[in-house]
Amino acid sequence: MSVVTLKINDIDVAAEAGKTVLDAAREAGIRIPTLCHLDGVSDVGACRLCLIEIKGIPKLLPACVTEVSEGMEVTTHTPQLDEYRRMTVEMLFSEGNHVCAVCVANENCELQDVAIEVGMDHSRFTYRFPERGVDISHPQFGIDHNRCILCTRCVRVCDEIEGAHVWDVAGRGAAAKVVTGLNQPWGDVEACTACGKCVDACPTGSIFRKGSTASELDRDRGKLEFLVKAREENQWTR
Amino acid sequence: MDTVNKKVKLATIWLAGCSGCHMSFLDLDEWLFELAKFADIVYSPVASDIKDYPEDVDVCLVEGAVANEENLELLYKVRQRTKFVISFGDCAVTANVPAMRNMLGSSEPVLKRCYLELGDKTAQLPHEPGIVPELLDRVRPIHELVEIDLFIPGCPPSAPRIQAAIEPLLKGERPVMEGRSMIKFG
Repeated sequence: MSVVTLKINDIDVAAEAGKTVLDAAREAGIRIPTLCHLDGVSDVGACRLCLIEIKGIPKLLPACVTEVSEGMEVTTHTPQLDEYRRMTVEMLFSEGNHVCAVCVANENCELQDVAIEVGMDHSRFTYRFPERGVDISHPQFGIDHNRCILCTRCVRVCDEIEGAHVWDVAGRGAAAKVVTGLNQPWGDVEACTACGKCVDACPTGSIFRKGSTASELDRDRGKLEFLVKAREENQWTR
Repeated sequence: MDTVNKKVKLATIWLAGCSGCHMSFLDLDEWLFELAKFADIVYSPVASDIKDYPEDVDVCLVEGAVANEENLELLYKVRQRTKFVISFGDCAVTANVPAMRNMLGSSEPVLKRCYLELGDKTAQLPHEPGIVPELLDRVRPIHELVEIDLFIPGCPPSAPRIQAAIEPLLKGERPVMEGRSMIKFG
């Protein structure tokens, strides 16, 4: 194992070569907000909440998909980064229909948590109120596209851990949405094993178990990481 | 706000909301007596019987989103006559549940659904200009229409959150709106 040394917020950090800046920061006890990152699955840099500054690079880079390198000087929190993060969260709220008051994930929502973290007390952007659907054709689960932030955690968890690849992203720009099967009703997708890993992975109230009432959706995120680790290390008891 | 010599003139209004924020305000219980030492309620749907919004109000708590012409007119009047306007609760801050009708596009499908499709024997669209306020095509949070001085999110904001936001204002200080206890939506 080769080790590289770098500075994060002027703190000397040693990290395994090939690790991401996000991993290195976490190991050093530095918190960077994330939404699309999920322990146990690959990173895609979709939500842009973990943007960081690296000395010598003029643009901001997502910490979750930027590898550490020798001598790197990283800054994770500046007034500008904090402002961009807040704007990102405000835009997420404005582009979908996130009505926390009537959401199954109220109080158990990462989007809500991150809004608090970045200090969002209102959105400065005009709400779009897009027309989006809800699919409750699956006997056990439902997907409410109004609350989806396109983090693609469901896509990755279903593909990489369950191996079923029920989820995908269809469409472009504002019309992009997660779909099941070949854009079929979820209940018609035979590949779905009804394992519920997408429910555990979803950061908002978008994918939920049927019958959950407001504020009831409590997930077991550790389960996903456990499965990956157990598979890698051949440990099959918890 | 000069609180040394005179009391703060406090108003509350409620637009398109469920009154839950006002109920939460009343939930301040005995602290309302403390509040009364520093503030005069000059206009409020739950704490006064004054019909017209007065001039020279110091602070106004605005509950609810803007959904009809009457809401809009009152909000403009409030902004014009109030020094410090507070966006009070999720409907005022995000438009919240009242705005769920925005996904239908305009006021027409909403009215048709309510008064024609679900109407009883005398199904008809309400139309009484000057008496029944016309619905706006889009429900909007109040800060999209007027300048706001402070946001108190929450559905409803809890009584402790309301107190923590108002108490500093009475002393002429600005509350710190940070963390789960102060700015969580829902």
